[in-house]
Amino acid sequence: MEPGEIHALLGENGAGKSTLMNVLYGLYQPDEGEILVDGKPLKLKGPSDAIAAGIGMVHQHFMLVPVFTVAENVMLGAEQVRGRFTGLLDRRRARREVAEVSERYNLRVDPDAVIEDLPVGIQQRVEIVKALTRDVDLLILDEPTAVLTPQETEELLAVMRSLKAAGKSIVFITHKLGEVKAIADRITVIRRGKTVGTAEPSASRDELAALMVGRSVRLTVDKQPAQPGKPVLEVAGLVVDDDRQVRAVDGVDLTVHAGEVLGVAGVQGNGQTELIEAIMGLRPVLAGSVTLDGQAVHGWSTKKVLRAGVGYVPEDRSVDGLVKEFSVAENLVLDIYDRPPFGKGLSLKPDAIAKSAKERIEQFDIRTSSADAAVGTLSGGNQQKVIVARELSRPLKLFIAAQPTRGVDVGSIEFIHSRVIRERDIGTAVMVVSSELDEVIGLADRIAVMYRGRIIGVVGPDTPREEIGLLMAGITPDAATTSPTEGTTSPTDGTTTPTEGTAAPAPEGPGNEDEA
Amino acid sequence: MSDVNPVSGSPDKEPATEAQEARSEARATPTAPAGDPDRAVPPAATPAPGKESRPTLGKLFLDNLWAANTVTVTVLAVLLAMLVGAVLIIVSDPEVLSTYSYITARPSDALNASWTVVSEAYANLFKGAIFDPDASGFTAALSPISETLTYTAPLVFTGLAVALAFRGGLFNIGAQGQATIGVILSAVVGFALPLPPGVHLLVALIAGALGGALWGFIPGILKARTGAHEVINTIMLNYVAVYFLSWIIIQSGVQNPNRSDAISKPVESSAQLPRLLGADLRVHAGILVAVLATWFIAWLLNRSTLGFELRAVGENPDAARTAGISVTKTYVLVMVISGLLAGLGGSNMVLGSTANALTPLVIAQIGFDGILVALLGRVKPWGVLLAALLFGALQAGGNRMQSYSGISLELVTVLQALIVIFIAAPAMVKAIFQLRAARAARLQTSLAKGW
Repeated sequence: MEPGEIHALLGENGAGKSTLMNVLYGLYQPDEGEILVDGKPLKLKGPSDAIAAGIGMVHQHFMLVPVFTVAENVMLGAEQVRGRFTGLLDRRRARREVAEVSERYNLRVDPDAVIEDLPVGIQQRVEIVKALTRDVDLLILDEPTAVLTPQETEELLAVMRSLKAAGKSIVFITHKLGEVKAIADRITVIRRGKTVGTAEPSASRDELAALMVGRSVRLTVDKQPAQPGKPVLEVAGLVVDDDRQVRAVDGVDLTVHAGEVLGVAGVQGNGQTELIEAIMGLRPVLAGSVTLDGQAVHGWSTKKVLRAGVGYVPEDRSVDGLVKEFSVAENLVLDIYDRPPFGKGLSLKPDAIAKSAKERIEQFDIRTSSADAAVGTLSGGNQQKVIVARELSRPLKLFIAAQPTRGVDVGSIEFIHSRVIRERDIGTAVMVVSSELDEVIGLADRIAVMYRGRIIGVVGPDTPREEIGLLMAGITPDAATTSPTEGTTSPTDGTTTPTEGTAAPAPEGPGNEDEA
Repeated sequence: MSDVNPVSGSPDKEPATEAQEARSEARATPTAPAGDPDRAVPPAATPAPGKESRPTLGKLFLDNLWAANTVTVTVLAVLLAMLVGAVLIIVSDPEVLSTYSYITARPSDALNASWTVVSEAYANLFKGAIFDPDASGFTAALSPISETLTYTAPLVFTGLAVALAFRGGLFNIGAQGQATIGVILSAVVGFALPLPPGVHLLVALIAGALGGALWGFIPGILKARTGAHEVINTIMLNYVAVYFLSWIIIQSGVQNPNRSDAISKPVESSAQLPRLLGADLRVHAGILVAVLATWFIAWLLNRSTLGFELRAVGENPDAARTAGISVTKTYVLVMVISGLLAGLGGSNMVLGSTANALTPLVIAQIGFDGILVALLGRVKPWGVLLAALLFGALQAGGNRMQSYSGISLELVTVLQALIVIFIAAPAMVKAIFQLRAARAARLQTSLAKGW
């Protein structure tokens, strides 16, 4: 590492990037080898040694106290005390420090804002400010863009550039190729715990991806044009609240046809999660209707919806998708354990479960030591494959995949994408919700963009990225300016005329005021 | 029995007497509760020095046993608890304590006295729980085992009740209350309904089970419908049940008309669990029902769809819900089955040989002991059975220890508590005995703090 350099560390999930950085930050002890700082070997016993040596780290999951203010969080761990005996916290000084740092590096944060009120991008900025107040020379950013919107990512890259201009070095861990190319001065690719190559940012995406996975991968999804059939899923005027009883889905209409992929794009938190949870019967539908193959399914239990032929890959696999302590085999039957051949009456058939698990593991290339291993011991990509294998191994009418490749390595992404397309080609209606625009563009035959609980537009996959990006930010292009709702319903199909009537007034009216 | 050396060799830092005691304990009591683990160590240790090719294999086996085996940890926890117990015995005996006042002048006095009192206490514990070598005749020889099994039976039920709830993600503190309702209904059916033998017993058992199930259903439905926490509600229902028992005993029709104190009419003999080994030995069919229940719960948890739902909800309710499992229904069912088991535990207390009438303390502490049994048994059905056996043995042996050595029965309670504490802190036990895994465990805990 050189001063004033942005060094990108690129690698698949589980390649050892985070482990390496945790060693640098003193969280893990190295078994062998040494770390050199300014030519001197460094022995780190813990993060405090690392901070003393001028190394700061921004973790993938923020280490902030949600109910504290920005200034309080920044001083946490290095509290300044006023008065020798009284031991009062010197908040004013902490505030001043925050203001100073944020001004110097052009990182706008309000020292008195409470963390939990801030958007994720700003919270991350607070983490960076926190590291900078400790006077670090080397800043480690562990997958900083994983949680950011495209706009926030842009801002972060700008911040990184200004830090670089101030002579700070940055290690930037990621597996997103685009960002690496945009910002890095030097790229080190790590695979299976070893450095496999150093590249210049001028290297092409394909070269970098090949270095990462060790073979050439296709980043674009290879597929035939869709042959849409009859509508399978019809959502009309759907209104859903989120956990805080705030309107999350505000009059959504959409249709998914058999044999097509509808991609739902949008920055996270614009109602996509609530939309699919409502379809799956996991969240009460307040108004509107959900129709599956001509049958109204809103108000059904999740089990009934699944039984009706819906496959569902939930957004957060570790929370909603898998029981980590359960074995791979058990997770593979998590939603069909009570159906023949796996269960009959009250009794389970372990042999049938084991046999089917063996087949699935082979079929879906799940890398596990055995079918009896706890699923929590698998890597993220393989955990995701377990879910996909489970959902795709029964006959489906509709397949809903939310963030199907989040935190998954490139090799598994490719595999999961090909499976999704194969499911489409056998005539299943597919709905893919993703905050990765590339994924949506690559998979979808039609793209619906969600913004503030509404579908702001439905466009074809050939639409330029920029236009979709603007839609994601809530800006409707003048070309389709007539009305966002009309833009929604008209391309879907003409047969859903009755739904249009009910849906139209709702989103037009109080929707936006509600949000404001 | 030279093979105990590897077991007791490690607590070097203890005074010499205690190391000796440890050895004697290793020889005496622990063989009782965890018979197989203790037997599992010797075969590996003994052939090791004998044959030339074996040592590596034997050593490997031993290493593994030390490192990760929960059985080892359990045995070591029992040993540690007995060591602490030995200190308590010494400290609580004024005569022995007085010899310590001149320990520098004549250390042998203090050591001998300590040795005598401790070894005698533990020998009596052993004799009361498992086998008395001096006993003559069939009945006397089997009496300790009979006592142990009598105390074990109800603990199996309450232990299973708590363990099952645990696996379903619920902390059922209410086994005590559920057992109380169970004992009330069983007893009332037992003395109030004129039924033929056999049927009478069956109806009494079912009544107890239903009573417990009802007392489990209430916190279950409250949790499912309103999210009210089951810990609070089960604790509160414990009080309700206990005071209901005190009240119902003195009602006319329930209270024994020939007595002025709080005791109910006796249960008819037609409703009593048959004794297994003749009228002189107290062991009754309750232990058979307990083993049957253990088998059933083991099947339910591992081989049934309901058990699959229950475990899924227990480990990750969100994923279970997403997979279409009704979490609320499962919570209610878990609490009902858990209460049912605890209720059966209560039935055992009045339909067996422990008592035949209701008194305010008729079920003793079986509900709360059930929590300890479940923890000690690692919330696995067969583990619970073994743990209940250990607790039953301690109880039975403790009775003899009290009457023969004059050491109060509370020591047994202390021993039980210590065992569970040592189990609950396996890392500590491993660290004390310098097990290989201890390093890994420490690493893990420090990491957990770091994150």
